[in-house]
Amino acid sequence: MRQIAIYGKGGIGKSTTTQNTVVALAEMGRKVTIVGCDPKADSTRLILHSKAQTTVMDLARERGTVEDLELDEVLVEGYLGVRCSESGGPEPGVGCAGRGVITAINFLEENGAYTADTDYVFYDVLGDVVCGGFAMPIRENKAKEIYIVTSGEMMAMYAANNISKGILKYATTGTVRLGGLICNSRVVDKELELIEALAKRLNTQMIHFMPRDNEVQRAEVRKMTVIEYNPTHKQADEYRALAKKIENNKMMTIPTPLPMEELEELLMEYGIMEM
Amino acid sequence: MSTKEIIDFRKQVVEEVLELYPEKAKKNRRQHITIKENNECASCAVKSNSKTVPGLMTARGCAYAGAKGVVWGPVRDCTHISHGPVGCGYYSWANRRNLAEGEIGVDNFVPFLFTSDFQESDIIYGGDKKLEKIIHEIVGLFPNTKGVSILSECPVGLIGDDIESVSRRMAEEIKLPVIPVRCEGFRGISQSLGHHIANDAIRDHLIGKGPGREVGPYDVGIIGDYNIGGDAWASKKILEEIGLNVVNIWTGDSTIEMLQNGHLVKLNLIHCYRSMNYMARHMEETYGTPWLEFNFFGPTKIRESILKIAAMFDDSIMEKAKTVIEKYDAEMQKVIDIYRPRLEGKKVMLYVGGLRPRHVVGAYEDLGMEVIGTGYEFAHGEDYDKSMANLKDGTLIYDDVTAIEIEEFVSKLKPDLVGSGIKEKYVFEKMGLPFRQMHSWDYSGPYHGYQGFPIFARDMDMAVNSPTWKAVKAPWTK
Repeated sequence: MRQIAIYGKGGIGKSTTTQNTVVALAEMGRKVTIVGCDPKADSTRLILHSKAQTTVMDLARERGTVEDLELDEVLVEGYLGVRCSESGGPEPGVGCAGRGVITAINFLEENGAYTADTDYVFYDVLGDVVCGGFAMPIRENKAKEIYIVTSGEMMAMYAANNISKGILKYATTGTVRLGGLICNSRVVDKELELIEALAKRLNTQMIHFMPRDNEVQRAEVRKMTVIEYNPTHKQADEYRALAKKIENNKMMTIPTPLPMEELEELLMEYGIMEM
Repeated sequence: MSTKEIIDFRKQVVEEVLELYPEKAKKNRRQHITIKENNECASCAVKSNSKTVPGLMTARGCAYAGAKGVVWGPVRDCTHISHGPVGCGYYSWANRRNLAEGEIGVDNFVPFLFTSDFQESDIIYGGDKKLEKIIHEIVGLFPNTKGVSILSECPVGLIGDDIESVSRRMAEEIKLPVIPVRCEGFRGISQSLGHHIANDAIRDHLIGKGPGREVGPYDVGIIGDYNIGGDAWASKKILEEIGLNVVNIWTGDSTIEMLQNGHLVKLNLIHCYRSMNYMARHMEETYGTPWLEFNFFGPTKIRESILKIAAMFDDSIMEKAKTVIEKYDAEMQKVIDIYRPRLEGKKVMLYVGGLRPRHVVGAYEDLGMEVIGTGYEFAHGEDYDKSMANLKDGTLIYDDVTAIEIEEFVSKLKPDLVGSGIKEKYVFEKMGLPFRQMHSWDYSGPYHGYQGFPIFARDMDMAVNSPTWKAVKAPWTK
């Protein structure tokens, strides 16, 4: 069983990319579980065809404690047998969402959510690694493999660099490694070259360049992945390609995050940031 | 031994004990230990109010302990919520012996513990809603409560709950003071910051906001007496006998109204300077209420304090003061006549909290006993400055003393009595040494005032001269 965590700047397309890729893996016959680590609980809607499944924390809140939950109440099967769970958590501005992630992941583990036949567990994690709770999926014995979704936009790259710092910390104390950057294109000038250069500087690879295509949005509106909505579309093949690359990926590295000045130099070199 | 020889011996003891440490710890601890010599300035010689280094075993508490346990807990007609997981509330419940009058559950809530008993989901979703619910439940169950204090535990600070806004809203709704006290235990380096935070909460939410009252010419307040074993009542008795009118006590057997009206007196009398000097100063600066430090342990210090206090008022008070001193000096002499022969020359080592390491020295001396070592858990420089005049040359002074240090100091200095807290008690009793708890008075008290001194004398005699100690010889040493 491979446990994979997907990080990246908020709004960059982590959940969309994860779900489309997971469905491609399921198509290949793999048994996959997605764990949404975001209080917004929108990591599984394209697979379950509905938002707001019962999240671990919401149900725990209703019952009083997480010990009162049954696994099948919070882990449900969706399209192609992909198993989905959402950690859930508080509305913005109150409580501790990070603790919610920790509690939910522990619950899933302790209650045998990761069965012997599971090939992959994907953790789809909220935005940046803001506190210990959101680093939970990359701590010891959880995800050992991380992909960062980014684009050629400056803030996305800042976030990718910042996330690499978090990975570095846990890489030196544990076994977690960076598997690569996934460029979710925003059609920025020289985006491919830029992300390839960034990947090289971070001591990793750009595992896939995901072109921008409105078919993704059309599928999303219908609460579906592209593979389900329009399996013959060329964008579906892109996700299939990414899935294969992840399946065969052997390049697991300890990242080398850049100092801020170097990151800015890189951006200037590729002409985004004008002097 | 001459004083010089005593000083040299104790210096050698300090060096021997410091040798137990690795270099870095030795360097740190050396600054916190000294021996009084030639009446030198104490704060120059003892470093205090600094972080305990992990690995050194300290007896210190935390900010929550200072705010809830010390300052707020004794306020009797107010309900106090320990806001957070249950442990902090449970283990600070009913173990400080701060006595209070009144009908339990009607106008005395001191024996109760209210806690929000945080669960996992309160951490994740925040505890503000639960807090509101608890306050509703409290005023429903105890409609006579005159206010609600919220003492936040660590997680509340970590998750950023907005207890201030809950307090504001609830205060309006229940028409009572609701006081948020942000005393998360991780703040500061000892319980001392908790005292300060608790003082600030009184300043921000209560002082000057009460019904007010006419200030009579002899109205005084007692500040920093927590009524351990009835101490505040004993102090109040003396002040009333000399013609003063004690209208407020902070915070032993206190009320919300007493906290609101603290400034409405002619003079504030402060006993525990460390825990409440902040408010004494605030009332002086803001309302012009003067304050005076006093000491009601043992007849000598009581006499000095009574005269100092009476001098702040007119001749009629001074006259009564002298009569009171005369009357009680005779009574106290009888106590001394009984106990002094039994205790003369006995040596004491102390390790306590806010005021006692210096304030009880005189009481021991009244009994012919000598304090040879003393120290504070959480004092600041000025506390050591104030201590100096009360201590003899050669006294060993230790700040935030560690478990190994106090054990070694006691083994080497061989006092006849050790006075400290529950954490130390059984260590020394197992060493076959008489011990008295000087935080809680060991289920006894009061020790303050003329009422307290006979009890103090009896307790010290009971400890030192107990036949028990002759019977504790280990069988293999026979």
